[in-house]
Amino acid sequence: MNEEKHILTMLVDNEPGVLSRVVGLFSARGYNIESLVVAPTIDPLVSRITLVTNANLPEIEQIEKQLRKLINVIKLRDLSGKNAVKREMALICVKAKPENRAEVLRIVSIFRCKVVDTGLEHYIIEVSGNEDKINAFINLLKPMGIKKIARTGALALFREPN
Amino acid sequence: MELTGAQILIKVFEEEKVDTIFGFPGGMVIDIYDKLEDTSIKHILVRHEQGAVHAADGYARASGKVGVCLVTSGPGATNTVTGIASAHMDSIPLVVITGQVPTHLIGNDAFQEVDIVGITRSCTKHNFLVKDVKDLAKVVKEAFYLARTGRPGPVLIDIPKNVSNTKAPYEAGQQVSIKSYNPTYKPNMKQLRKVVNLIDSAERPVIFAGGGIILSGAAKALTTFARTMQIPVTGSLMGLGGFPGSDPLWLGMIGMHGTYRANMSTSFCDLLIGIGVRFDDRVTGKTDAFASQAKIVHVDIDPTSIRKNVPVTIPIVGDCRSTLESLNTLIKPLDKTTLADKRKPWMDQVQKWKEQNTLAYKQTDTIKPQYVVETLYELTRGEAIITTEVGQNQMWAAQYYHFDKPNHFITSGGLGCMGFGFPAAIGAQIARPDKTVVDVAGDGSIQMNIQEMATALQYQLPVKIVILNNGYLGMVRQWQELFYDKRYASTCMNCGPDFVKLAEAYGALGLRATKPEEVIPVLEKGLSSPGTVIMDFVVAKEECVYPMVPAGAPITEMLLA
Repeated sequence: MNEEKHILTMLVDNEPGVLSRVVGLFSARGYNIESLVVAPTIDPLVSRITLVTNANLPEIEQIEKQLRKLINVIKLRDLSGKNAVKREMALICVKAKPENRAEVLRIVSIFRCKVVDTGLEHYIIEVSGNEDKINAFINLLKPMGIKKIARTGALALFREPN
Repeated sequence: MELTGAQILIKVFEEEKVDTIFGFPGGMVIDIYDKLEDTSIKHILVRHEQGAVHAADGYARASGKVGVCLVTSGPGATNTVTGIASAHMDSIPLVVITGQVPTHLIGNDAFQEVDIVGITRSCTKHNFLVKDVKDLAKVVKEAFYLARTGRPGPVLIDIPKNVSNTKAPYEAGQQVSIKSYNPTYKPNMKQLRKVVNLIDSAERPVIFAGGGIILSGAAKALTTFARTMQIPVTGSLMGLGGFPGSDPLWLGMIGMHGTYRANMSTSFCDLLIGIGVRFDDRVTGKTDAFASQAKIVHVDIDPTSIRKNVPVTIPIVGDCRSTLESLNTLIKPLDKTTLADKRKPWMDQVQKWKEQNTLAYKQTDTIKPQYVVETLYELTRGEAIITTEVGQNQMWAAQYYHFDKPNHFITSGGLGCMGFGFPAAIGAQIARPDKTVVDVAGDGSIQMNIQEMATALQYQLPVKIVILNNGYLGMVRQWQELFYDKRYASTCMNCGPDFVKLAEAYGALGLRATKPEEVIPVLEKGLSSPGTVIMDFVVAKEECVYPMVPAGAPITEMLLA
């Protein structure tokens, strides 16, 4: 059966050990985690975990059920599909020799991202958008030489009904 | 009212009507033990912490209450892990209290420190580390609530020493509410109506009953349902006793060592109603071939059990008892003769399979283990609580002791944990002092927790141990005989001990039978003696459990005796 990418978002108790329960469930049952983001919500007692996984249909059904079964998972939603806003951020440290500096800045301006740190031979660029945009951006920078990269993994929120 | 953590813990125990705790003391729980002296709660001092958990498990299964254990940090805690994992697999409600080093030492590799919450995260229903005595009462309340509601399971609470010996205000009778935890008890009626329609149109229905029937107290409702609709019933190992073993509708146990008729009926039915089961691999064999002609209805309180192993036509999330009771109000039974006519072709077929008596065995001049269990069944009139170890002894107990009532068969089904039966029998005997409790054991597995003899003697528990002694780790030997060219690698244990002398060393009665004609006298004497008894039956060394489905094969492919 075909594997598809699923983006799951869940509200969990903001307590020590909760992340470990979620991650442990994936490792114990042989599911994979492609990316994972955790931070508190507006309610300090609750955190939001956003997790991307690849799974076929029976697998994703089990994953969702198993996650819901965890006592600390308050709410879970599959945000795959179009009804959700999805964003990811990356910090990219790219080599910027004098001959490349203008080209890098041109790409930065095309992608409407920004330079957040600069040195004699590098820029650190902050880019956000959907996953495809970030991948495209990284591909364009590759020829200049990417020194380091840090990506957040996907974040998503369900679009409120109008 | 200001109380210490230890006192608060005991107050909540009293609120939860705990009457017995199984445990073993140590430095980090010494404050709790000290306060326990002031209560009427009975403490059973085991000889190994694994025994405490198995005993609490047996107690829980025999009584239907939550079993409680108390152990110290470090090795005390790690020794509980096997018992917890077994209870987790079989959905048995336990609350396990472990001591922990004081909070300021946690993470410092202190003496007898271990991250037991981390270790048991995947084998408990939930677990807690209590860092502030102010949270203790609430946590303990929640632990009991989680353990016994929904799909039951073990819950562990790790209590640092400075939490049990400092004071906090205590308020009795706090209500538990966990916003993320709301198990579904009532089934969806629309789904149930679909089931009723399926039953109406089915020609070859079978009910497959599991441990959920026992745990939810659904045996009566199941019996009514099956008898009203005249549907034959098979059971998983955990489901034995959920439907009367003496009823003509009973097919026997299903699966790897299931009866011929149960495996055939399931494989050729057109409607399989699974209730409180999880379609374990020991039941289904090759899943693609399992009940391949059937529409499957699956009732379970745990949504994750549904569609985990087999595809399901109608999933129903709900408590087994509540579901069966609702189903009983919806079914429109035909009058007796019409129903009998409708079922006749199927019942005739089932009867044909039944006539293939695959549990028959040949008597020889050595004792057959099957004969011991069968005789035990007759002498106890099927009324005893039977616990088992794991392996051949477990399967023979399941096959030849025909359980009529729930909560009478206590075995480590999911984890398959050798050393389970004897401590579980201790727990069961404490829960049911009125009952004859017998541990059906092998000579291998009884040695895994034999130290609990001292516990049985200390509390004068009349537990009877029946050892089917073949000098082998019999089930593994059986696999080696059948699938590994009889290379008996590390399965031979023919060096004793002398179990009669061992019993005597502990101050118990030891009896031995070496010939078939000695079986009845030994069982009669052992069962009628007042104290703990070991009965050592020297049985046919290379007897196999049949029928047997090789692992991964369809359950129609049975090796027969």
